[in-house]
Amino acid sequence: MAVVKLFGAWLSPYCYRVIWALKLKGIAYEYIEEDLSNKSPLLLQYNPIHKKIPVLLHDDKPICESTVILRYIDEIWPQNPLLPADPHERAVALFWIKFADDKSPLISKLFRTDGEEQQAVAKECFEMLEVLEEHALIGGKKFFGGDEINMVDIAFCSVAHWLGVIEDFAGLKIFEPHKFPRLNSWIQNFKSVPVIKDNLPDTDKMLALLKRRREMLLASKSS
Amino acid sequence: MAEEVVLLDFWPSLFGMRSRIALAEKGIKYEYKEEDLRNKSALLLQMNPVHKKIPVLIHNGKPVCESLIQVQYIDEVWHDKAPLLPSDPYQKATVRADYIDKKIYDLGSRVWKTKGEEQATAKKEFIESLKLIEKELGDKPYFGGESFGYVDVAFIPFYSWFYAYEKCGNFSIEAECPKLIAWAKRCMQKESVAKSLPDQQKVYDFILQMKKHFGIE
Repeated sequence: MAVVKLFGAWLSPYCYRVIWALKLKGIAYEYIEEDLSNKSPLLLQYNPIHKKIPVLLHDDKPICESTVILRYIDEIWPQNPLLPADPHERAVALFWIKFADDKSPLISKLFRTDGEEQQAVAKECFEMLEVLEEHALIGGKKFFGGDEINMVDIAFCSVAHWLGVIEDFAGLKIFEPHKFPRLNSWIQNFKSVPVIKDNLPDTDKMLALLKRRREMLLASKSS
Repeated sequence: MAEEVVLLDFWPSLFGMRSRIALAEKGIKYEYKEEDLRNKSALLLQMNPVHKKIPVLIHNGKPVCESLIQVQYIDEVWHDKAPLLPSDPYQKATVRADYIDKKIYDLGSRVWKTKGEEQATAKKEFIESLKLIEKELGDKPYFGGESFGYVDVAFIPFYSWFYAYEKCGNFSIEAECPKLIAWAKRCMQKESVAKSLPDQQKVYDFILQMKKHFGIE
């Protein structure tokens, strides 16, 4: 019986991507919480180049990078497919997943910057949301995946949950429902899906941790 | 139904070359359309409205954007000839080409776009990254093992730019990474690669023009 282990960190959206995929496919796994300020020797052994989470261990074989893990999971466990079967539709899905991967770091950058730099990042975030609103949710689809969520929906989790929390924390207003009606519907729909709803980090806990992290960041910047 | 394949491209593009190679490996007939990036065609803007960039692969009227996605698409649709990706899911997961895009491309750009100390730093980091990739290759004939594969396709286009990097940065890549150059020359013996890569001198002349345009001496 194959053993599946996931090394993750409770605050990381990339970690949740993998958790949701495993749960959607009904795969049993052991979760190991990593303290990112004190990484375990196991993590360093399994991801020596980037030393990052998430790392999936399948039969002692490590797979790194959340998108790579998602694609691997989808291939090994084909039930509840997370990517379209048609090659062209799959290529379009992969395009949006790459877009999500390229742009998601902006959201965490929002909380790591301030002043003019933060304004510039906020503008880039706004532009990213505009692209999604205009190009990705056409045809009145409920989800990026159509009637059910798929890997593209999962890939945009930062927009669905983390952006709102960081905006609250930083006192920014980038996403406004009336400016992004399609995206707003998608966020409501996405967060209502049981697997997602039941597996999201608690907002208050997130805010408390963000506050501590930011204090540490500012302290190290001024020293 | 006849297959219609069009590639919107720009001759020195490292990314366009990847798709050219993949199409050639599979023996696919296609129409190559050269784009003027200062005056992008209506077709390009329609087919890649999000990024407005080349290369764009258009298969029976439907666009596929992003070079690595194109290579995967080509490998999937024309799967009966010259497979580029491993069939084993775990091997597929460990075949990674995005390091090349994130690191090598950016560092190489800095080598020709900067001068003085900034360039010296870029050169050092560029060589370090090439050495890491050389280590990945090891003693294998190709990154894919015994046969030419996905990572080879992703990386060989950079060889056409090596001469330009070397002249701009005043260094020899062969002296630093001889195994990598041996691998590149091995790839160049394949018709699909030789036909898809532009002449190195031509690329250097293009870079010199770009430098003038950007005011970098």
